[in-house]
Amino acid sequence: MGDPAHGTGQVTMPAAVPPKPLLRRPWVGLGLRYAAALAITVVFLFPVYWLFIISFKTPEEIFAFPPVWYPNDIQFANYAVLFKDGDAVTVWNSLVLATTSTAIAMVLGTMAAYSLVRFKTGGENLAVWIISQRMMPPIAIVFPVFLLYVWLGWVDTYQGLILLYTAFSLPYVIWMMRGYLEDIPVELEESALVDGCTRWQVLWKVVFPMARQGLFATAVFTFVFAWNDFLFALVLTRTEVITYTVQVTHYFGGQSNFWAKIAAMSVLGTVPVFFTVATLQRYLVRGISMGAVKG
Amino acid sequence: MSQSITMDGDRGGRGRTRGRAADANFKYLAIGPAIFILLLIGLFPLIYTLVVSFQQITMMEEDTSFAGFVNYAQLFRDARLWESLLHTLIITAVALPLELVLGLAMAQLFLERMPGRQVFVALLVLPAVISPIVAGATWRLMFDNRYGPINQIVGWLAGEPMPLLWTLSPNLVYPAIIFCEIWQWTPFMFLILLAALSNVDRSVVEAAEIDGAGFWRIFFKLVLPAIWPVMAIALLIRGLDLARVFDIIWALTSGGPGTMTETISIYTYVLGFNQFETSYTGAIAFLVIAILTLVVVWAIRRMGLAK
Repeated sequence: MGDPAHGTGQVTMPAAVPPKPLLRRPWVGLGLRYAAALAITVVFLFPVYWLFIISFKTPEEIFAFPPVWYPNDIQFANYAVLFKDGDAVTVWNSLVLATTSTAIAMVLGTMAAYSLVRFKTGGENLAVWIISQRMMPPIAIVFPVFLLYVWLGWVDTYQGLILLYTAFSLPYVIWMMRGYLEDIPVELEESALVDGCTRWQVLWKVVFPMARQGLFATAVFTFVFAWNDFLFALVLTRTEVITYTVQVTHYFGGQSNFWAKIAAMSVLGTVPVFFTVATLQRYLVRGISMGAVKG
Repeated sequence: MSQSITMDGDRGGRGRTRGRAADANFKYLAIGPAIFILLLIGLFPLIYTLVVSFQQITMMEEDTSFAGFVNYAQLFRDARLWESLLHTLIITAVALPLELVLGLAMAQLFLERMPGRQVFVALLVLPAVISPIVAGATWRLMFDNRYGPINQIVGWLAGEPMPLLWTLSPNLVYPAIIFCEIWQWTPFMFLILLAALSNVDRSVVEAAEIDGAGFWRIFFKLVLPAIWPVMAIALLIRGLDLARVFDIIWALTSGGPGTMTETISIYTYVLGFNQFETSYTGAIAFLVIAILTLVVVWAIRRMGLAK
């Protein structure tokens, strides 16, 4: 038989079970794969570990040679400084900007997606145009937007960045919600219409509740995109609405003097993302592949 | 646009026309605000950039008269522009295949069941959700020539202290940047490819195995065609991200040493916001938008993404 296990010294399987192809010695195979999995995970998580650990180190430990691989005791002075100096307010700015723009983009985007799905508004061309907006290079967008905002007096304001984040999120929201709305059966909407609901009522009372899981997952990704943005905030903020990503770069000095602040501020900005993504495991693949994998 | 019509079917003719008119209003009102914002932030800047690029606005003067193709002619003489495009191309051409191959290998490793698999996958995804600017900052700390762990580890391997200047030395900046890119985005490839591989029909693969086909033969003849649609989209998303890479390089090298790692995004930023070459920046921005839009629309249609 063409059984690959035959020549590999594979010891007995009960005769009743047909031997599976590609058999290795189960424990050796699993052990090797486990070792590889552990090694890969350590390599990928070590930088994250290093960032976190620096934020808890004393300056002596940070600038020790050779490096200190784990701190002797955890201390929070590096964070305390951020709050005392008021730098931590940049995390609040990020939160306001990301939350508001996500909320607006979700409402407008879902409405648009509903129109695309149920009425095929604009046909395929409109859908392609919308998704191609997502692919625009941010640097090419932010440059004219900056000139526009100078004229409007919107540089370094919440509304300026919120509008920009909303616009940048919309194609993603429309694209993702289109996929989620297509999965909703039309019968419920039909009976609601027969009962005398207007389309708007159907949208709010039937479609939104039924798509809530998709709404939730899409909103989290939209939030993370805005939260992680750097370039837009770099160009469009000065002093008032600086986000945490811009603040991190303010600590880059000639000779890396502010390591503790870089690390602590980065951790403040990273922990919320880790938590939100951890709640989202089920939707992760669909979310980051822009719906290409239904997951 | 069918549903509404069939639904109104059992009402009177007037109800039907009114329902249809209401739907016609509704569908435009529902999509209107989103389109308005996209036009405001998407199309308006495009037109504005185009207009500006035919003028001669610099930091010194506000010459808004029509200047013809001066700025576009300038594009061809600007060595720094073509170098920045080349840098972008190098980073993309090296990082993208490596991310793909590594991601695929990792996906293959985690495809079969093993205890704690979910935990591994959840942990491995973390780099991909960190802000790229934070990723760059993290690696800057990692790469520090004296206090960073990388040189320490390299030193162990080499058997002597290795004070390598990762973010400053011309020979090492590209490896450093590409390393950081790969670290952050291989998990993205991994996650998508793992999902794609999981969806491959096991029975077909097993049948081929029973027929004696080897691993690589099965991979290229059966698995690859099955995962290709998803893989293509992952490559497109990552390829476009790499083409406009900014944050990681900004944090690691700021385009240096000199202009050695300046990508097209960084060069555009420097021109527009440090040197205030408004009109010329407009020309470059328009060039970039035009190239990427063509690529994207072609790719979306080609892949049938819009269904």
